[in-house]
Amino acid sequence: MSTPVNYKEISHNGLWKNNAALVQLLGLCPLLAVTGSIVNALGLGLATMLVLVGSNMAVSLIRHAVSDAVRLPAFVMIIASFTTCTELLMKAYTFELYQILGIFIPLIVTNCAILGRADAFACKNKVLPSIWDGLMMGAGFTLVLVAIGTIREIIGSGTLFADMHLLLGPMAENWTIHLFGDNFQGMLIAILPPGAFIVTGFLIALKNIIDAKQSERAKRAKAADPKISKRVRTTGTVS
Amino acid sequence: MRITSPHAHTPGNTGDVMKQIILATIPGLIALTYFFGPGSLINVIMMTAACMGVEAAILKLRRRPLGFYLGDYSAAVTGVLLGLAIPPYCPWWIVAIGAISAIGIAKHLYGGIGYNPFNPAMIAYVILLISFPLEMSQWAEPRTVLTESKELIGPFSALSHIWFGTPLTGALDAWTGATPLDSFKQNNSLLVEQLYASDSLFSTARWAGAGWEWVNIGFLAGGIYLLYKKIFTWHAPIAMLAMLFFCACIGYDNGSSNSLGSPLFHLLSGGTMLGAFFIITDPVSSAVSNRGRLIFGALAGLLIYLIRSFGNYPDAVAFAVLLMNFAAPFIDYYTVPRTYGHKKAKRATIKQES
Repeated sequence: MSTPVNYKEISHNGLWKNNAALVQLLGLCPLLAVTGSIVNALGLGLATMLVLVGSNMAVSLIRHAVSDAVRLPAFVMIIASFTTCTELLMKAYTFELYQILGIFIPLIVTNCAILGRADAFACKNKVLPSIWDGLMMGAGFTLVLVAIGTIREIIGSGTLFADMHLLLGPMAENWTIHLFGDNFQGMLIAILPPGAFIVTGFLIALKNIIDAKQSERAKRAKAADPKISKRVRTTGTVS
Repeated sequence: MRITSPHAHTPGNTGDVMKQIILATIPGLIALTYFFGPGSLINVIMMTAACMGVEAAILKLRRRPLGFYLGDYSAAVTGVLLGLAIPPYCPWWIVAIGAISAIGIAKHLYGGIGYNPFNPAMIAYVILLISFPLEMSQWAEPRTVLTESKELIGPFSALSHIWFGTPLTGALDAWTGATPLDSFKQNNSLLVEQLYASDSLFSTARWAGAGWEWVNIGFLAGGIYLLYKKIFTWHAPIAMLAMLFFCACIGYDNGSSNSLGSPLFHLLSGGTMLGAFFIITDPVSSAVSNRGRLIFGALAGLLIYLIRSFGNYPDAVAFAVLLMNFAAPFIDYYTVPRTYGHKKAKRATIKQES
Protein backbone atom coordinates (compact mmCIF):
# COMPACT_ATOMS: atom_id res chain seq x y z
CA MET A 1 0.00 0.00 0.00
CA SER A 2 2.82 2.32 0.78
CA THR A 3 4.50 2.04 -2.60
CA PRO A 4 3.90 5.06 -4.80
CA VAL A 5 1.21 4.59 -7.42
CA ASN A 6 2.45 4.36 -10.95
CA TYR A 7 -0.22 6.07 -13.02
CA LYS A 8 1.63 5.38 -16.23
CA GLU A 9 1.60 1.67 -15.59
CA ILE A 10 -2.11 1.75 -14.77
CA SER A 11 -2.74 3.46 -18.10
CA HIS A 12 -0.58 0.99 -19.98
CA ASN A 13 -2.39 -1.89 -18.27
CA GLY A 14 -5.84 -0.59 -19.06
CA LEU A 15 -5.25 0.49 -22.62
CA TRP A 16 -2.97 -2.26 -23.87
CA LYS A 17 -1.35 -4.91 -21.68
CA ASN A 18 -4.44 -5.98 -19.78
CA ASN A 19 -7.07 -4.65 -22.16
CA ALA A 20 -10.47 -5.83 -20.94
CA ALA A 21 -11.70 -6.82 -24.39
CA LEU A 22 -8.62 -8.10 -26.19
CA VAL A 23 -6.62 -9.73 -23.41
CA GLN A 24 -8.96 -10.56 -20.57
CA LEU A 25 -11.80 -11.21 -23.02
CA LEU A 26 -14.28 -9.83 -20.51
CA GLY A 27 -17.52 -8.16 -21.41
CA LEU A 28 -17.73 -10.04 -24.68
CA CYS A 29 -21.53 -10.05 -24.71
CA PRO A 30 -21.95 -6.30 -25.36
CA LEU A 31 -18.75 -6.35 -27.40
CA LEU A 32 -20.30 -8.79 -29.84
CA ALA A 33 -23.87 -7.61 -29.68
CA VAL A 34 -23.83 -3.86 -30.18
CA THR A 35 -20.76 -3.10 -32.26
CA GLY A 36 -22.63 -3.02 -35.54
CA SER A 37 -21.92 0.67 -35.99
CA ILE A 38 -19.64 3.30 -34.50
CA VAL A 39 -22.41 5.16 -32.74
CA ASN A 40 -23.68 2.05 -30.96
CA ALA A 41 -20.17 1.03 -29.97
CA LEU A 42 -19.24 4.49 -28.73
CA GLY A 43 -22.52 4.86 -26.85
CA LEU A 44 -22.16 1.59 -25.01
CA GLY A 45 -18.43 2.13 -24.47
CA LEU A 46 -18.99 5.51 -22.83
CA ALA A 47 -21.80 4.11 -20.69
CA THR A 48 -19.57 1.27 -19.55
CA MET A 49 -16.74 3.68 -18.84
CA LEU A 50 -19.00 5.87 -16.73
CA VAL A 51 -20.17 2.90 -14.67
CA LEU A 52 -16.61 1.63 -14.33
CA VAL A 53 -15.25 4.95 -13.05
CA GLY A 54 -18.15 5.40 -10.65
CA SER A 55 -18.07 1.88 -9.28
CA ASN A 56 -14.30 1.90 -8.88
CA MET A 57 -14.51 5.14 -6.96
CA ALA A 58 -17.32 3.95 -4.69
CA VAL A 59 -15.76 0.56 -4.08
CA SER A 60 -12.47 2.18 -3.20
CA LEU A 61 -14.22 4.55 -0.78
CA ILE A 62 -15.94 1.77 1.16
CA ARG A 63 -13.10 -0.73 0.93
CA HIS A 64 -12.38 -0.62 4.67
CA ALA A 65 -16.01 -0.75 5.74
CA VAL A 66 -17.06 -3.90 3.86
CA SER A 67 -15.92 -7.27 5.14
CA ASP A 68 -14.51 -9.80 2.76
CA ALA A 69 -17.44 -12.18 3.11
CA VAL A 70 -20.04 -9.83 1.71
CA ARG A 71 -17.88 -7.79 -0.64
CA LEU A 72 -19.21 -9.26 -3.90
CA PRO A 73 -22.91 -8.54 -3.22
CA ALA A 74 -21.92 -5.07 -2.08
CA PHE A 75 -19.96 -4.46 -5.28
CA VAL A 76 -22.81 -5.70 -7.42
CA MET A 77 -25.22 -3.35 -5.62
CA ILE A 78 -22.89 -0.43 -6.29
CA ILE A 79 -22.48 -1.35 -9.94
CA ALA A 80 -26.22 -1.80 -10.34
CA SER A 81 -26.87 1.65 -8.89
CA PHE A 82 -24.41 3.28 -11.26
CA THR A 83 -25.84 1.34 -14.17
CA THR A 84 -29.31 2.58 -13.30
CA CYS A 85 -28.01 6.14 -13.15
CA THR A 86 -26.39 5.74 -16.56
CA GLU A 87 -29.54 4.23 -17.96
CA LEU A 88 -31.64 7.13 -16.72
CA LEU A 89 -29.10 9.60 -18.10
CA MET A 90 -29.21 7.98 -21.51
CA LYS A 91 -32.98 7.87 -21.41
CA ALA A 92 -32.99 11.60 -20.72
CA TYR A 93 -30.40 12.81 -23.19
CA THR A 94 -29.97 10.19 -25.93
CA PHE A 95 -33.35 8.55 -26.01
CA GLU A 96 -33.07 7.06 -29.52
CA LEU A 97 -29.70 5.52 -28.80
CA TYR A 98 -31.14 4.21 -25.54
CA GLN A 99 -33.85 2.47 -27.55
CA ILE A 100 -31.36 1.03 -30.02
CA LEU A 101 -29.03 -0.33 -27.35
CA GLY A 102 -32.03 -1.66 -25.45
CA ILE A 103 -31.33 -4.48 -23.03
CA PHE A 104 -27.56 -4.05 -23.27
CA ILE A 105 -27.54 -0.95 -21.07
CA PRO A 106 -29.05 -2.68 -18.01
CA LEU A 107 -26.81 -5.64 -18.83
CA ILE A 108 -23.76 -3.50 -18.06
CA VAL A 109 -24.35 -4.75 -14.50
CA THR A 110 -23.29 -8.21 -15.57
CA ASN A 111 -20.20 -7.02 -17.44
CA CYS A 112 -17.45 -9.01 -15.74
CA ALA A 113 -14.88 -6.39 -16.60
CA ILE A 114 -16.49 -4.01 -14.10
CA LEU A 115 -16.82 -6.47 -11.23
CA GLY A 116 -13.35 -7.73 -12.09
CA ARG A 117 -11.81 -4.28 -11.69
CA ALA A 118 -13.73 -3.65 -8.48
CA ASP A 119 -12.43 -6.85 -6.95
CA ALA A 120 -8.94 -6.85 -8.42
CA PHE A 121 -8.02 -3.21 -8.13
CA ALA A 122 -10.45 -0.81 -6.47
CA CYS A 123 -10.87 -2.71 -3.22
CA LYS A 124 -7.11 -2.74 -2.69
CA ASN A 125 -6.19 0.78 -3.74
CA LYS A 126 -6.81 4.36 -2.83
CA VAL A 127 -9.53 6.42 -4.44
CA LEU A 128 -7.56 8.39 -6.98
CA PRO A 129 -5.68 5.46 -8.52
CA SER A 130 -8.96 3.53 -8.60
CA ILE A 131 -10.69 6.26 -10.53
CA TRP A 132 -7.74 6.43 -12.92
CA ASP A 133 -7.82 2.65 -13.34
CA GLY A 134 -11.55 2.73 -14.09
CA LEU A 135 -11.00 5.48 -16.61
CA MET A 136 -8.20 3.66 -18.38
CA MET A 137 -9.87 0.25 -18.35
CA GLY A 138 -13.04 1.85 -19.67
CA ALA A 139 -11.10 3.74 -22.31
CA GLY A 140 -9.38 0.53 -23.45
CA PHE A 141 -12.72 -1.23 -23.66
CA THR A 142 -14.30 1.68 -25.52
CA LEU A 143 -11.43 1.90 -27.99
CA VAL A 144 -11.80 -1.76 -28.89
CA LEU A 145 -15.56 -1.40 -29.19
CA VAL A 146 -15.15 1.57 -31.51
CA ALA A 147 -12.49 -0.21 -33.56
CA ILE A 148 -14.76 -3.21 -34.06
CA GLY A 149 -17.72 -0.92 -34.72
CA THR A 150 -15.75 0.96 -37.38
CA ILE A 151 -14.67 -2.17 -39.22
CA ARG A 152 -18.14 -3.72 -39.08
CA GLU A 153 -19.82 -0.53 -40.19
CA ILE A 154 -17.47 -0.13 -43.15
CA ILE A 155 -17.86 -3.72 -44.33
CA GLY A 156 -21.48 -4.15 -43.37
CA SER A 157 -23.06 -0.94 -44.57
CA GLY A 158 -20.30 0.98 -46.33
CA THR A 159 -20.66 4.06 -44.13
CA LEU A 160 -18.74 5.83 -41.40
CA PHE A 161 -20.22 7.83 -38.52
CA ALA A 162 -23.80 7.08 -39.55
CA ASP A 163 -26.43 8.36 -37.07
CA MET A 164 -23.82 10.01 -34.87
CA HIS A 165 -26.34 12.71 -33.98
CA LEU A 166 -28.07 10.16 -31.76
CA LEU A 167 -25.15 10.44 -29.39
CA LEU A 168 -23.58 13.82 -30.08
CA GLY A 169 -26.61 15.93 -30.85
CA PRO A 170 -27.53 17.96 -33.93
CA MET A 171 -23.95 19.01 -34.69
CA ALA A 172 -23.21 15.50 -35.93
CA GLU A 173 -26.25 15.41 -38.19
CA ASN A 174 -24.28 15.37 -41.44
CA TRP A 175 -21.30 13.32 -40.42
CA THR A 176 -22.30 10.24 -42.36
CA ILE A 177 -19.71 9.32 -44.96
CA HIS A 178 -20.67 6.92 -47.73
CA LEU A 179 -17.41 5.24 -48.57
CA PHE A 180 -18.38 3.24 -51.62
CA GLY A 181 -21.16 5.28 -53.17
CA ASP A 182 -24.87 4.86 -52.66
CA ASN A 183 -25.23 1.58 -54.52
CA PHE A 184 -23.07 -0.36 -52.10
CA GLN A 185 -25.34 -2.75 -50.28
CA GLY A 186 -22.93 -4.05 -47.69
CA MET A 187 -21.93 -7.51 -46.60
CA LEU A 188 -24.60 -8.46 -44.13
CA ILE A 189 -22.50 -10.94 -42.24
CA ALA A 190 -20.39 -8.12 -40.81
CA ILE A 191 -23.46 -6.68 -39.12
CA LEU A 192 -24.60 -10.08 -37.86
CA PRO A 193 -23.05 -11.70 -34.76
CA PRO A 194 -20.59 -13.94 -36.72
CA GLY A 195 -19.02 -10.79 -38.15
CA ALA A 196 -18.31 -9.56 -34.64
CA PHE A 197 -16.56 -12.81 -33.75
CA ILE A 198 -14.45 -12.72 -36.90
CA VAL A 199 -13.46 -9.06 -36.48
CA THR A 200 -12.67 -9.54 -32.78
CA GLY A 201 -10.53 -12.55 -33.64
CA PHE A 202 -8.57 -10.55 -36.18
CA LEU A 203 -8.05 -7.70 -33.69
CA ILE A 204 -6.76 -10.11 -31.04
CA ALA A 205 -4.42 -11.63 -33.62
CA LEU A 206 -3.20 -8.17 -34.59
CA LYS A 207 -2.46 -7.33 -30.96
CA ASN A 208 -0.56 -10.57 -30.48
CA ILE A 209 1.49 -9.91 -33.60
CA ILE A 210 2.41 -6.43 -32.37
CA ASP A 211 3.30 -7.79 -28.94
CA ALA A 212 5.45 -10.55 -30.43
CA LYS A 213 7.27 -8.08 -32.66
CA GLN A 214 7.88 -5.78 -29.72
CA SER A 215 9.22 -8.44 -27.41
CA GLU A 216 11.44 -9.74 -30.17
CA ARG A 217 12.83 -6.28 -30.72
CA ALA A 218 13.39 -5.83 -27.01
CA LYS A 219 15.18 -9.15 -26.83
CA ARG A 220 17.37 -8.25 -29.73
CA ALA A 221 18.20 -4.89 -28.22
CA LYS A 222 19.08 -6.58 -24.96
CA ALA A 223 21.25 -9.13 -26.70
CA ALA A 224 22.98 -6.52 -28.79
CA ASP A 225 23.50 -4.06 -25.98
CA PRO A 226 26.17 -5.60 -23.69
CA LYS A 227 28.32 -6.70 -26.60
CA ILE A 228 28.93 -3.13 -27.59
CA SER A 229 29.16 -1.55 -24.20
CA LYS A 230 31.18 -4.14 -22.36
CA ARG A 231 33.67 -4.93 -25.05
CA VAL A 232 37.15 -3.98 -24.14
CA ARG A 233 39.10 -2.57 -26.97
CA THR A 234 42.53 -4.05 -27.14
CA THR A 235 43.84 -2.61 -30.35
CA GLY A 236 43.88 0.84 -31.68
CA THR A 237 42.29 0.18 -35.05
CA VAL A 238 38.64 -0.43 -35.65
CA SER A 239 37.90 -2.64 -38.60
CA MET B 1 -0.19 -44.02 -58.73
CA ARG B 2 2.18 -45.20 -56.06
CA ILE B 3 1.28 -48.57 -54.58
CA THR B 4 3.23 -49.31 -51.49
CA SER B 5 2.12 -52.79 -50.58
CA PRO B 6 0.57 -55.72 -52.36
CA HIS B 7 -2.72 -54.97 -50.70
CA ALA B 8 -3.00 -51.27 -51.43
CA HIS B 9 -6.02 -50.74 -53.60
CA THR B 10 -6.88 -47.17 -52.78
CA PRO B 11 -5.12 -44.25 -54.39
CA GLY B 12 -1.82 -43.47 -52.81
CA ASN B 13 -1.93 -39.78 -52.01
CA THR B 14 -4.18 -36.80 -51.45
CA GLY B 15 -3.65 -35.40 -54.91
CA ASP B 16 -4.95 -38.58 -56.59
CA VAL B 17 -8.04 -38.64 -54.38
CA MET B 18 -8.78 -35.01 -55.08
CA LYS B 19 -8.34 -35.50 -58.83
CA GLN B 20 -10.84 -38.36 -58.75
CA ILE B 21 -13.33 -36.17 -56.88
CA ILE B 22 -12.98 -33.39 -59.45
CA LEU B 23 -13.44 -35.95 -62.21
CA ALA B 24 -16.59 -37.27 -60.57
CA THR B 25 -18.30 -33.87 -60.56
CA ILE B 26 -18.27 -33.78 -64.36
CA PRO B 27 -21.67 -35.49 -64.97
CA GLY B 28 -23.41 -33.09 -62.61
CA LEU B 29 -21.61 -30.15 -64.15
CA ILE B 30 -22.66 -31.25 -67.62
CA ALA B 31 -26.28 -31.43 -66.46
CA LEU B 32 -26.07 -27.98 -64.87
CA THR B 33 -24.57 -26.52 -68.03
CA TYR B 34 -27.10 -28.22 -70.27
CA PHE B 35 -30.13 -27.04 -68.32
CA PHE B 36 -29.05 -23.65 -67.00
CA GLY B 37 -26.54 -22.45 -69.58
CA PRO B 38 -22.81 -21.89 -69.11
CA GLY B 39 -23.13 -20.09 -65.74
CA SER B 40 -22.09 -22.99 -63.53
CA LEU B 41 -19.20 -23.91 -65.79
CA ILE B 42 -17.92 -20.33 -65.59
CA ASN B 43 -18.45 -20.38 -61.83
CA VAL B 44 -16.44 -23.55 -61.44
CA ILE B 45 -13.56 -22.29 -63.55
CA MET B 46 -13.45 -18.88 -61.87
CA MET B 47 -13.88 -20.25 -58.38
CA THR B 48 -11.19 -22.89 -58.85
CA ALA B 49 -8.75 -20.28 -60.12
CA ALA B 50 -9.66 -17.92 -57.28
CA CYS B 51 -9.29 -20.63 -54.63
CA MET B 52 -5.92 -21.71 -55.98
CA GLY B 53 -4.85 -18.06 -56.02
CA VAL B 54 -5.90 -17.43 -52.43
CA GLU B 55 -4.32 -20.71 -51.36
CA ALA B 56 -1.03 -19.74 -53.01
CA ALA B 57 -1.09 -16.27 -51.46
CA ILE B 58 -1.75 -17.58 -47.96
CA LEU B 59 0.80 -20.38 -48.29
CA LYS B 60 3.32 -17.71 -49.20
CA LEU B 61 2.31 -15.65 -46.18
CA ARG B 62 2.68 -18.70 -43.96
CA ARG B 63 6.00 -19.62 -45.61
CA ARG B 64 4.83 -23.08 -46.59
CA PRO B 65 6.05 -24.93 -49.69
CA LEU B 66 3.81 -23.82 -52.55
CA GLY B 67 4.22 -26.71 -54.92
CA PHE B 68 3.56 -29.38 -52.34
CA TYR B 69 0.33 -27.91 -51.01
CA LEU B 70 -1.04 -26.70 -54.33
CA GLY B 71 -0.25 -30.10 -55.82
CA ASP B 72 -2.68 -31.88 -53.50
CA TYR B 73 -5.58 -30.17 -55.33
CA SER B 74 -7.54 -29.70 -52.12
CA ALA B 75 -8.04 -26.02 -52.88
CA ALA B 76 -9.18 -26.94 -56.38
CA VAL B 77 -11.78 -29.35 -54.96
CA THR B 78 -13.06 -26.69 -52.62
CA GLY B 79 -13.28 -24.30 -55.56
CA VAL B 80 -15.11 -26.79 -57.77
CA LEU B 81 -17.65 -27.67 -55.08
CA LEU B 82 -18.27 -24.06 -54.14
CA GLY B 83 -18.55 -23.12 -57.80
CA LEU B 84 -21.20 -25.81 -58.26
CA ALA B 85 -23.09 -24.69 -55.17
CA ILE B 86 -23.42 -20.96 -55.88
CA PRO B 87 -26.03 -19.82 -58.38
CA PRO B 88 -24.94 -19.40 -62.01
CA TYR B 89 -24.36 -15.88 -63.39
CA CYS B 90 -23.62 -14.39 -59.99
CA PRO B 91 -21.26 -11.39 -60.14
CA TRP B 92 -17.49 -11.80 -59.93
CA TRP B 93 -17.16 -10.36 -56.45
CA ILE B 94 -19.34 -13.16 -55.07
CA VAL B 95 -16.72 -15.55 -56.42
CA ALA B 96 -13.89 -13.49 -54.93
CA ILE B 97 -15.45 -13.22 -51.48
CA GLY B 98 -16.37 -16.91 -51.61
CA ALA B 99 -12.80 -17.94 -52.35
CA ILE B 100 -11.40 -15.75 -49.57
CA SER B 101 -13.94 -17.10 -47.07
CA ALA B 102 -13.40 -20.72 -48.04
CA ILE B 103 -9.62 -20.83 -48.24
CA GLY B 104 -8.65 -17.88 -46.08
CA ILE B 105 -11.10 -18.06 -43.20
CA ALA B 106 -12.45 -21.60 -43.11
CA LYS B 107 -9.24 -23.41 -44.04
CA HIS B 108 -6.05 -21.51 -43.26
CA LEU B 109 -7.15 -19.64 -40.15
CA TYR B 110 -7.64 -23.07 -38.61
CA GLY B 111 -4.27 -24.35 -39.77
CA GLY B 112 -4.64 -25.46 -43.38
CA ILE B 113 -5.47 -28.82 -44.90
CA GLY B 114 -6.41 -31.44 -42.36
CA TYR B 115 -7.06 -28.98 -39.54
CA ASN B 116 -10.32 -27.38 -40.62
CA PRO B 117 -13.21 -28.38 -38.35
CA PHE B 118 -15.76 -27.23 -40.94
CA ASN B 119 -16.14 -27.89 -44.61
CA PRO B 120 -14.56 -24.83 -46.27
CA ALA B 121 -16.89 -24.80 -49.28
CA MET B 122 -19.97 -24.89 -47.05
CA ILE B 123 -18.66 -22.15 -44.73
CA ALA B 124 -18.11 -19.94 -47.74
CA TYR B 125 -21.54 -20.79 -49.13
CA VAL B 126 -23.24 -19.89 -45.87
CA ILE B 127 -21.24 -16.66 -45.50
CA LEU B 128 -22.30 -15.69 -49.01
CA LEU B 129 -25.91 -16.75 -48.46
CA ILE B 130 -26.43 -14.70 -45.33
CA SER B 131 -24.36 -11.77 -46.59
CA PHE B 132 -25.90 -11.43 -50.03
CA PRO B 133 -29.35 -13.06 -49.89
CA LEU B 134 -30.47 -11.38 -53.10
CA GLU B 135 -27.62 -12.49 -55.36
CA MET B 136 -27.47 -15.93 -53.80
CA SER B 137 -31.14 -16.74 -54.36
CA GLN B 138 -31.31 -15.90 -58.06
CA TRP B 139 -31.28 -19.15 -59.97
CA ALA B 140 -31.58 -19.22 -63.72
CA GLU B 141 -34.61 -20.88 -65.24
CA PRO B 142 -33.95 -24.33 -66.66
CA ARG B 143 -34.12 -24.79 -70.40
CA THR B 144 -37.33 -26.81 -70.35
CA VAL B 145 -39.50 -24.01 -68.95
CA LEU B 146 -38.20 -21.27 -71.24
CA THR B 147 -40.90 -19.91 -73.51
CA GLU B 148 -40.29 -19.09 -77.14
CA SER B 149 -39.34 -15.49 -76.57
CA LYS B 150 -36.56 -16.44 -74.20
CA GLU B 151 -33.39 -18.26 -75.00
CA LEU B 152 -30.80 -20.00 -72.97
CA ILE B 153 -28.10 -17.54 -71.93
CA GLY B 154 -25.04 -17.60 -74.15
CA PRO B 155 -21.47 -17.63 -72.88
CA PHE B 156 -20.64 -14.08 -73.96
CA SER B 157 -23.65 -12.37 -72.44
CA ALA B 158 -23.02 -14.48 -69.34
CA LEU B 159 -19.43 -13.29 -69.05
CA SER B 160 -20.31 -9.65 -69.55
CA HIS B 161 -23.03 -10.00 -66.93
CA ILE B 162 -20.63 -11.56 -64.45
CA TRP B 163 -17.86 -9.02 -64.97
CA PHE B 164 -19.64 -5.80 -65.88
CA GLY B 165 -23.18 -6.31 -64.61
CA THR B 166 -24.86 -5.87 -67.99
CA PRO B 167 -28.41 -7.19 -67.80
CA LEU B 168 -29.03 -10.63 -69.25
CA THR B 169 -31.41 -11.28 -72.15
CA GLY B 170 -32.81 -7.78 -72.31
CA ALA B 171 -35.60 -7.93 -69.78
CA LEU B 172 -34.55 -7.37 -66.19
CA ASP B 173 -34.72 -10.41 -63.94
CA ALA B 174 -36.60 -12.41 -66.55
CA TRP B 175 -33.88 -15.00 -66.56
CA THR B 176 -34.35 -15.97 -62.94
CA GLY B 177 -37.07 -18.12 -61.54
CA ALA B 178 -38.08 -20.14 -58.53
CA THR B 179 -36.36 -23.44 -57.97
CA PRO B 180 -38.56 -26.49 -57.41
CA LEU B 181 -37.83 -26.29 -53.68
CA ASP B 182 -38.95 -22.65 -53.66
CA SER B 183 -42.21 -23.23 -55.45
CA PHE B 184 -42.96 -26.28 -53.36
CA LYS B 185 -42.42 -24.27 -50.22
CA GLN B 186 -44.58 -21.37 -51.38
CA ASN B 187 -47.43 -23.67 -52.33
CA ASN B 188 -50.11 -23.88 -49.70
CA SER B 189 -53.34 -24.23 -51.61
CA LEU B 190 -52.76 -26.79 -54.35
CA LEU B 191 -52.65 -30.52 -54.06
CA VAL B 192 -49.30 -31.91 -55.07
CA GLU B 193 -50.90 -33.34 -58.22
CA GLN B 194 -52.33 -29.96 -59.18
CA LEU B 195 -49.04 -28.22 -58.49
CA TYR B 196 -47.20 -30.74 -60.64
CA ALA B 197 -49.69 -30.17 -63.45
CA SER B 198 -49.85 -26.38 -63.30
CA ASP B 199 -46.26 -25.36 -62.60
CA SER B 200 -44.09 -25.72 -65.68
CA LEU B 201 -41.13 -26.48 -63.41
CA PHE B 202 -42.81 -29.78 -62.61
CA SER B 203 -44.95 -30.42 -65.67
CA THR B 204 -41.91 -30.44 -67.95
CA ALA B 205 -40.03 -32.73 -65.62
CA ARG B 206 -40.14 -36.44 -65.18
CA TRP B 207 -39.76 -36.88 -61.41
CA ALA B 208 -38.81 -33.95 -59.31
CA GLY B 209 -38.42 -30.60 -61.02
CA ALA B 210 -37.04 -29.54 -64.37
CA GLY B 211 -33.30 -29.67 -64.67
CA TRP B 212 -32.68 -30.38 -61.02
CA GLU B 213 -33.54 -34.06 -61.27
CA TRP B 214 -30.87 -34.55 -63.93
CA VAL B 215 -28.34 -32.47 -62.02
CA ASN B 216 -28.89 -34.69 -59.01
CA ILE B 217 -28.73 -37.84 -61.09
CA GLY B 218 -25.44 -36.56 -62.49
CA PHE B 219 -23.97 -36.11 -59.04
CA LEU B 220 -25.36 -39.50 -58.03
CA ALA B 221 -23.51 -41.06 -60.96
CA GLY B 222 -20.32 -39.28 -59.93
CA GLY B 223 -20.81 -40.46 -56.38
CA ILE B 224 -21.26 -44.06 -57.45
CA TYR B 225 -18.05 -43.79 -59.45
CA LEU B 226 -16.24 -42.56 -56.34
CA LEU B 227 -17.71 -45.42 -54.30
CA TYR B 228 -16.52 -47.86 -56.95
CA LYS B 229 -13.07 -46.29 -56.77
CA LYS B 230 -13.18 -46.63 -52.96
CA ILE B 231 -12.49 -42.95 -52.40
CA PHE B 232 -14.84 -43.04 -49.43
CA THR B 233 -17.03 -45.60 -47.71
CA TRP B 234 -20.75 -45.91 -48.38
CA HIS B 235 -21.80 -45.22 -44.79
CA ALA B 236 -22.32 -41.47 -44.67
CA PRO B 237 -24.01 -40.94 -48.07
CA ILE B 238 -26.31 -43.94 -47.80
CA ALA B 239 -27.29 -43.06 -44.23
CA MET B 240 -28.05 -39.50 -45.26
CA LEU B 241 -30.14 -40.48 -48.29
CA ALA B 242 -31.97 -43.18 -46.35
CA MET B 243 -32.82 -40.80 -43.53
CA LEU B 244 -34.02 -38.16 -45.99
CA PHE B 245 -36.13 -40.80 -47.75
CA PHE B 246 -37.57 -42.00 -44.46
CA CYS B 247 -38.47 -38.50 -43.25
CA ALA B 248 -39.99 -37.61 -46.60
CA CYS B 249 -42.16 -40.75 -46.44
CA ILE B 250 -43.55 -39.53 -43.12
CA GLY B 251 -44.10 -35.98 -44.31
CA TYR B 252 -45.48 -36.79 -47.76
CA ASP B 253 -49.03 -36.82 -46.50
CA ASN B 254 -50.23 -38.57 -49.66
CA GLY B 255 -49.96 -35.41 -51.73
CA SER B 256 -52.26 -33.01 -49.89
CA SER B 257 -51.74 -29.27 -50.04
CA ASN B 258 -49.85 -29.48 -46.76
CA SER B 259 -47.54 -32.14 -48.11
CA LEU B 260 -43.86 -31.61 -47.47
CA GLY B 261 -42.81 -33.29 -50.68
CA SER B 262 -42.46 -36.82 -51.92
CA PRO B 263 -39.36 -38.88 -51.15
CA LEU B 264 -38.29 -38.77 -54.78
CA PHE B 265 -38.71 -35.01 -54.81
CA HIS B 266 -36.41 -34.60 -51.82
CA LEU B 267 -33.81 -37.00 -53.13
CA LEU B 268 -33.63 -35.33 -56.54
CA SER B 269 -33.85 -31.64 -55.81
CA GLY B 270 -31.58 -28.94 -54.50
CA GLY B 271 -28.16 -30.01 -53.36
CA THR B 272 -29.11 -33.45 -52.04
CA MET B 273 -26.80 -35.60 -54.15
CA LEU B 274 -23.99 -33.05 -54.20
CA GLY B 275 -24.19 -32.94 -50.43
CA ALA B 276 -24.47 -36.69 -49.98
CA PHE B 277 -21.51 -37.72 -52.12
CA PHE B 278 -19.22 -34.70 -52.23
CA ILE B 279 -19.77 -32.67 -49.06
CA ILE B 280 -20.49 -34.93 -46.10
CA THR B 281 -17.84 -37.39 -47.27
CA ASP B 282 -15.14 -34.79 -46.59
CA PRO B 283 -12.57 -36.86 -44.66
CA VAL B 284 -11.45 -33.98 -42.44
CA SER B 285 -14.65 -32.48 -41.10
CA SER B 286 -16.89 -35.56 -40.88
CA ALA B 287 -16.89 -38.43 -38.40
CA VAL B 288 -14.03 -40.91 -38.59
CA SER B 289 -15.28 -44.42 -37.88
CA ASN B 290 -17.81 -46.26 -40.01
CA ARG B 291 -20.37 -46.35 -37.21
CA GLY B 292 -19.75 -42.65 -36.63
CA ARG B 293 -20.29 -41.95 -40.31
CA LEU B 294 -23.62 -43.74 -40.24
CA ILE B 295 -24.77 -41.50 -37.39
CA PHE B 296 -23.23 -38.43 -39.00
CA GLY B 297 -24.96 -39.05 -42.32
CA ALA B 298 -28.32 -39.93 -40.80
CA LEU B 299 -28.43 -36.83 -38.63
CA ALA B 300 -27.36 -34.69 -41.59
CA GLY B 301 -30.28 -36.14 -43.57
CA LEU B 302 -32.67 -35.41 -40.73
CA LEU B 303 -31.44 -31.83 -40.45
CA ILE B 304 -31.69 -31.30 -44.20
CA TYR B 305 -35.29 -32.45 -44.13
CA LEU B 306 -36.21 -30.36 -41.10
CA ILE B 307 -34.53 -27.16 -42.32
CA ARG B 308 -35.96 -27.58 -45.81
CA SER B 309 -39.45 -28.11 -44.49
CA PHE B 310 -39.61 -25.69 -41.58
CA GLY B 311 -36.70 -23.27 -42.06
CA ASN B 312 -36.54 -19.94 -43.80
CA TYR B 313 -33.97 -20.83 -46.42
CA PRO B 314 -34.91 -22.80 -49.52
CA ASP B 315 -32.19 -25.41 -49.30
CA ALA B 316 -30.53 -26.81 -46.26
CA VAL B 317 -27.54 -28.93 -47.19
CA ALA B 318 -24.97 -26.32 -46.18
CA PHE B 319 -26.56 -25.56 -42.81
CA ALA B 320 -27.09 -29.23 -42.03
CA VAL B 321 -23.50 -30.11 -42.90
CA LEU B 322 -22.07 -27.28 -40.79
CA LEU B 323 -24.22 -28.24 -37.80
CA MET B 324 -23.08 -31.83 -38.16
CA ASN B 325 -19.45 -30.71 -38.42
CA PHE B 326 -19.92 -29.23 -34.96
CA ALA B 327 -21.15 -32.59 -33.77
CA ALA B 328 -18.49 -34.73 -35.44
CA PRO B 329 -15.97 -34.74 -32.53
CA PHE B 330 -18.81 -35.65 -30.15
CA ILE B 331 -19.88 -38.52 -32.41
CA ASP B 332 -16.28 -39.67 -32.68
CA TYR B 333 -15.97 -39.70 -28.91
CA TYR B 334 -18.75 -42.26 -28.57
CA THR B 335 -17.97 -44.37 -31.63
CA VAL B 336 -14.35 -45.31 -31.23
CA PRO B 337 -14.06 -48.80 -32.79
CA ARG B 338 -13.00 -51.68 -30.62
CA THR B 339 -9.41 -52.58 -31.36
CA TYR B 340 -8.52 -56.21 -31.89
CA GLY B 341 -7.68 -57.88 -28.62
CA HIS B 342 -9.61 -55.46 -26.47
CA LYS B 343 -13.05 -56.23 -25.12
CA LYS B 344 -14.25 -52.66 -24.98
CA ALA B 345 -13.46 -49.60 -27.02
CA LYS B 346 -11.92 -46.62 -25.36
CA ARG B 347 -13.92 -43.45 -25.50
CA ALA B 348 -11.72 -40.72 -26.83
CA THR B 349 -11.31 -38.32 -29.67
CA ILE B 350 -7.56 -38.35 -29.64
CA LYS B 351 -5.04 -41.06 -29.13
CA GLN B 352 -4.51 -41.44 -25.43
CA GLU B 353 -1.18 -42.31 -23.98
CA SER B 354 -1.33 -45.39 -21.87
